[in-house]
Amino acid sequence: MARLTGSDLTLAYEQRVVASSLNVEIPDESFTVIIGPNACGKSTLLRALARMLRPKTGAVHLDGSVITSLPSKEVARRLGLLPQTSIVPDGITVADLVARGRYPHQRLMRQWSKADEVAVASAMAATDVTSLSERIVDELSGGQRQRVWLAMALAQETPILLLDEPTTYLDISHQIEVLDLCADLHEQGRTMVAVLHDLNQACRYATHLIVMRDGVLVAEGEPAAVMTPDLVEQVFDLRCEIIADPQSGTPLIVPEARRRARTPVAH
Amino acid sequence: MTTPVRVGPYSMRPAPRALVVSLALVAASVALALVAISTGEFTVPVADIVTALFGQGTPVAELIVSQLRAPRVVTGLAVGAAFGLSGAIFQSLTRNPLGSPDFIGFTAGAATGGVLAVVMGGTAVQIAAGSMFGCVISAVLVYALAFRRGVQGYRLVLVGIGVNAVLLAADNYLLTKANINDAANAGAWLNGSLSGRGWDHALPVAIALAVLVPVCCAVSRPLRMMEMGDDAARAVGIRVEPVRAAAIVAGVLLCGVATAAAGPVMFVAMAAPQLARRLTRSPGVTLIASALTGAVLLTAADLAAQRLLAPTQLPVGVLTAAIGGTYLALLLRKDRR
Repeated sequence: MARLTGSDLTLAYEQRVVASSLNVEIPDESFTVIIGPNACGKSTLLRALARMLRPKTGAVHLDGSVITSLPSKEVARRLGLLPQTSIVPDGITVADLVARGRYPHQRLMRQWSKADEVAVASAMAATDVTSLSERIVDELSGGQRQRVWLAMALAQETPILLLDEPTTYLDISHQIEVLDLCADLHEQGRTMVAVLHDLNQACRYATHLIVMRDGVLVAEGEPAAVMTPDLVEQVFDLRCEIIADPQSGTPLIVPEARRRARTPVAH
Repeated sequence: MTTPVRVGPYSMRPAPRALVVSLALVAASVALALVAISTGEFTVPVADIVTALFGQGTPVAELIVSQLRAPRVVTGLAVGAAFGLSGAIFQSLTRNPLGSPDFIGFTAGAATGGVLAVVMGGTAVQIAAGSMFGCVISAVLVYALAFRRGVQGYRLVLVGIGVNAVLLAADNYLLTKANINDAANAGAWLNGSLSGRGWDHALPVAIALAVLVPVCCAVSRPLRMMEMGDDAARAVGIRVEPVRAAAIVAGVLLCGVATAAAGPVMFVAMAAPQLARRLTRSPGVTLIASALTGAVLLTAADLAAQRLLAPTQLPVGVLTAAIGGTYLALLLRKDRR
């Protein structure tokens, strides 16, 4: 039994049902990536797994207990989340923002232990933001800021880390930087779960793919086994060819050209 | 990063600047209180204030200190602190400096409740009850109107400004319907004033503070985390809904009890948290520093209102509105850059 599972989940915002009878299991120590077209319910599933959204039916289990029945701080010591959007408090420094990740480890009379200090320092080192520690977060670039948010989540020191579209709004080099960092964290033994948009990045970094459409889990498994042209067409309505990524050997999705290569216009 | 203090398993990380600023604000409020109690038409030397308070002074000094000036000063400090706290809570919840109770209709609701009691010839207790009641009703109304799959700060502010306008119109309507004496009383009350405030005004605000300041301290850290968004706060283990509910109840009660004592004094709730944030250079809203700043702000404004155009006495609300309005304009100008 995996540490984090969802069984018979009905997920809904108010009356709008996004997914029903959803069963999902996050393999321990995997780098699981959830993909699917817009509005397929992938972020909703991630939010449910992170107890941000209470399922209408069914339950998310963490280490065998219903996640909502566990004390919230207790959950926060085992499972972290990088939300899709967070608001940077005005005038906060990098070090202070990262330190906020220690909240679940702190108590009224234990607000800044040696362990807090060590965790914050190593989270900043891992995300390469140590040199920015006294800078104001608002003044950083998008890529730097995302690394700072990741550092905050890392400082929480959870064995499971969920990331909701961690690469959105970043340019390509910063996307790769963040994903490489996630891969490092996975190699260190963390269970990582991310929602991603880019199929090729998903295939390159994931050890386990979850493919969703219209709130239904269409396929799951290793990227090489799951990714077929038929599946891509079925899920994304996109005809494509799949070749091996020349760098990593993982599946590389090449969408079919709408028409033949343009012939030069004769003058 | 500041140096932590660790004793055995216990550890703290004091923010030295916030501590120094808070102590300076306490010192400032004590100094202002002493000036306000000792000076005026009849000077009471500072040394005589304590003896007068304990009934050991001359009868004149005792009357002036214990019955006239001290209760007014204490009311001012308590009301200022209550408005400052209430403003800090709602600015934090809405993540918006304009999300203060004096802008989003809560103070106005309390005022309308109070005016209703005044024009109906109510007693002081009825006026206080009216404003408390009005504050709670307007808060419920604003939250209900702004609710759509939870309450977003921005929508709350917009709805609140609308409700605020309706309530101001209601005040004016009530004034036109009242007889001339009641209308004059209500008009004076609507400005917000500390003149003639006695211990019976100071006591309810002091009790409210004694009960609600601990609540505010308990929600202060979670509230700061929630400024990053509900999901970010939940992710670190904060139970967002109960914290928010406790903060809203505390904020509304503080606003109501403060308005009941001094009338709808404008801008203290708005300006105090913003000033406190800049003084302490703290990220996000700071509750205790905001309360202290509110106390200093209102006491200083009341002192100025009494002395500036002496012997003419201005209602303190006129002064806070003038200072606060200038400050708001500067704040917006700075933010635009």
